[in-house]
Amino acid sequence: MWQWLYKLGSPRWFYELGERSLPWLWGATVFLLAVGVVWGLAFAPPDYQMGDNYRIIYMHVPSAGLMKGCFYMMAICSAAVLIWKIKMADIVAKAIAPIGVMATLLMLASGSLWGIPTWGTWWIWDARLTSSLLQFFIYMGIIVLRSAFDSQDSAARACAVLTLVGVVNIPIIEYSVEWWNTLHQGASSLGMRDASANPPEIWIPAFFTGFGFIGLFFIGLILRSQNEILLRERRTQWVRDLVAKETAGA
Amino acid sequence: MLAHRQQRLAIVLFILFGTAVAVGLVLVALDEGINVFYTPTEVSSGMVPENQNFRIGGMVKMGSVVKDGLQGAEVNFLTTDFCNDVLVSYSGPLPDLFREGQGVVADGYIDNGGVFQATQILAKHDENYMSAEVKASLDAAEEHDAEVCQQ
Repeated sequence: MWQWLYKLGSPRWFYELGERSLPWLWGATVFLLAVGVVWGLAFAPPDYQMGDNYRIIYMHVPSAGLMKGCFYMMAICSAAVLIWKIKMADIVAKAIAPIGVMATLLMLASGSLWGIPTWGTWWIWDARLTSSLLQFFIYMGIIVLRSAFDSQDSAARACAVLTLVGVVNIPIIEYSVEWWNTLHQGASSLGMRDASANPPEIWIPAFFTGFGFIGLFFIGLILRSQNEILLRERRTQWVRDLVAKETAGA
Repeated sequence: MLAHRQQRLAIVLFILFGTAVAVGLVLVALDEGINVFYTPTEVSSGMVPENQNFRIGGMVKMGSVVKDGLQGAEVNFLTTDFCNDVLVSYSGPLPDLFREGQGVVADGYIDNGGVFQATQILAKHDENYMSAEVKASLDAAEEHDAEVCQQ
């Protein structure tokens, strides 16, 4: 396990692992999203009071999960940057940030679209919505902060500190619906045949789209990290060899 | 672990816990201010701001909705948290999900008569989803039970 982690810290090893896993990831992601979307939109039954409006959960819930997951991963990478000064951790943290922004935007937009017919408003300053919007600004702040530095090392350290500060907001988003009165509902419970929980025919498609989103996340993570690796390691022999091989092939 | 790494780990933990404590204290200080609505009990016991708009949230009490005016544009209902009820009066469009037994959040003020004059009504959806088919069969079963009870 430690050896594997140690290898992940090597940009070259990470790049090659990405090359090998991308085809599999693409296949699995397309499959999961196709099944989830078709099942969720065409075959899952309509809700008894919202009709078809509720189907937005197949996008809203996975993007909310991704918004949280992305930031937790960035926080872990940031700790690795600060404690062990692992370059690869900074590359990954930089690669994830825009994916997290996209997830947060998707979550806010889909939630608003659902809110108009259901709540009667697209926005309310309750704890859940406000803390989620704050997370969007934290994401943007990290991206902007990085571009404000000339030195790569200073940028890495500053972003790592800001990420560790910002991660405090994630559990607040998570528990906001329990700690305070909000318009946003609490987390849905899942059950197989328990009458009080949500029925599987409604939430199973969300699993497919959820894992599909995770697949999209890893694809984005690998592609963006690979670009960054090539850029930062452009003076090393293995990147020169790779470029020579690619240009010869083309 | 090397000493300087231990030191940096301590810094990371300090940032995390320092921020968490600071944010936690702010949230505790804000306390009720973060709640997006007051409950009917809080309204009845006078814990609400005077002479300004606020939101009240609760369930629409079963059997309390009275509609009048042109095409039922004026609506009166009781909002309840199952301890206290507050009468809400509103005229205007209602969200699709507004009905008895559903969660509701109303924006407005308390008039001299103690009635909450709402300027906006929002429906609060709970975390449960049910297919239309299952709901229909549940309702049918309930009706069936009711008939059995009457016999």
